[in-house]
Amino acid sequence: MADEKMRYSLFKKIVIYILLGGGGAIVLIPLVWMVSTSLKTWIQLPQATIGGEQMLDVTSFAKELWPNPVDWSNYPKALTTFPFLLYLKNTLIITGLAMLGVVISNPLIAYGFARLRAPGKNLIFLAYLGTMMLPGQVIMIPVYIMWAKAFHAIDTFAPLIVGSFFGSPFYVFLLRQFFMTIPRELSDAAKVDGCSEFQIFYKIMLPLLKPAVSVILIFTFMGHWNDFMGPLIYINSESKRTLALGLAFFTTSAGEQISLLNYQMAVAFLMTIPCLVIFYLSQRTFIQGIVFSGMTR
Amino acid sequence: MRSILNIILAKGNKGSISIQETRNFYLFISPMLIGFIVFTAYPLIFSFILSFSEWDLMSPYKFVGLSNYIRIFTRDRFFLKSLSVTFKFAAMSVPLNLIAAFLVALLMNSKVKGIGIFRTIWYSPAVTPAVAASVLWMAIFNYRYGLINRVLALFGVRGPNWLWDEKWVLPAFVIMGLWGVGGSMVIYLAALQGVPQDLYDAAEIDGANSWWKFRAITIPMVSPALFYNLVMGVIGTLQYFTNAFIMTGGGPNNTTLFYALYLYRNAFEYMRMGYGSALAWIFFAIAMASTVLVFRSSPLWVFYEYTTEVEG
Repeated sequence: MADEKMRYSLFKKIVIYILLGGGGAIVLIPLVWMVSTSLKTWIQLPQATIGGEQMLDVTSFAKELWPNPVDWSNYPKALTTFPFLLYLKNTLIITGLAMLGVVISNPLIAYGFARLRAPGKNLIFLAYLGTMMLPGQVIMIPVYIMWAKAFHAIDTFAPLIVGSFFGSPFYVFLLRQFFMTIPRELSDAAKVDGCSEFQIFYKIMLPLLKPAVSVILIFTFMGHWNDFMGPLIYINSESKRTLALGLAFFTTSAGEQISLLNYQMAVAFLMTIPCLVIFYLSQRTFIQGIVFSGMTR
Repeated sequence: MRSILNIILAKGNKGSISIQETRNFYLFISPMLIGFIVFTAYPLIFSFILSFSEWDLMSPYKFVGLSNYIRIFTRDRFFLKSLSVTFKFAAMSVPLNLIAAFLVALLMNSKVKGIGIFRTIWYSPAVTPAVAASVLWMAIFNYRYGLINRVLALFGVRGPNWLWDEKWVLPAFVIMGLWGVGGSMVIYLAALQGVPQDLYDAAEIDGANSWWKFRAITIPMVSPALFYNLVMGVIGTLQYFTNAFIMTGGGPNNTTLFYALYLYRNAFEYMRMGYGSALAWIFFAIAMASTVLVFRSSPLWVFYEYTTEVEG
């Protein structure tokens, strides 16, 4: 009996591993293909594959997948064919300043909502949360006009950064929930010692907030690093493009010109690395944040 | 949802509130108040007014009454085209994604060694930058050298010219979307892990088999996550932009003229700020209507009894 049950579960385990392995391979193959293509010489790109209808046998397909020779020089070349470092700098400035803004504004706002009492508070908070439901497209045009006509800031980084300094409802909500878990006695004791509200916030609460703040920092990094529509709308000069915008233009302008494919893949991979690394390093926190957003809305 | 309900139901502030505390509150939240007024409330009103006007930011602003809306509904065939593209895509990709994500989550919920690695792998596409993914999939879908057609050639099948064939381009986007299914998978996974083991134990005592346990426990318990993913899927399709902009630019023959892309073009390529705003408000109405529809239908199939409280 027991033996039969064990054999059954062993069978089940094998099936699970086959499914896991197969599925994992399907998900990984495009990424691996990106890397392998980025390491191919241009000779290996088009010639082997002209006439997509031809029959392929497994060996030549395997040969085709593997870069031979492995051309590491694609990476340094891609960095010059494409102003990678300049665009990286632009992206880092935008992302960095946005992260700064997020760290300054959201904890303050969240502290207010979590710990202080005032008439009208609940109403304001609800209206604020309600704006999460508002699709960005609805206010995209007037906000653009505002940046253009009132601040004369088109083709600067300002429209991509400034919003972060005014808080975002989702981050505020996340931090507020976190503040709620910190015992009140802590701040009451400080109050007795004569600390001002801001001192309590800054000296006692903020240091405790680190795990939650790291979640919103990761989200902000990903959001700004990957943002495409923002730079597309606000940036005109080629020299002010971000990586996302630059790579998109590099690709669409290359069109079917296959000789640039390996460079495109190299840049795409370089752009993906930080996101993957941050995700791998902060996996638990990251997923908790994602799930949190799913459960609260 | 629940936490928002809790806020609504919360009793008002107890006891008297000092003027100083009120002042402090408004000081602390002042960034949010300013941001709310400048970047949300004011643009919202402005956008509404704009939708009744004509303005290219160069010539003077002109009030035109309802004519933008009338034109959209009577003479703009691209509006209808973009709506049908968006809905066609939603009809294909949303249900497929929901099911695929759920199946993957079930698999990822199995308690075997090394499962963490597989979860990480499945989630990786969700953290791949949208632009990088678009560039990658453009190459994968390429007629001549793309990975998919090369694999098909192994079986002697001549693959279509995915992105430039009117029949295949939307399915191509659906396939690409399935690659990123790990993103909604984690929501299901969290829900699956939140199902109390007691329920299964009790069912086992009652003699339920695996299928019954799945139907009577797993599905109802996971339905809130399904609901969330459905709402997000619908809204996400309405906002589908980056992939279409980069990979096809709306082509071929407007087969991928998604609504968000058409809106973008009117506003920022043709500089029709008024017309674009009218399109944006119609977009808003559709988004609200579909959200309300999903919400309204939810009591029929979403089970909220056991939702676990989230502690921040």
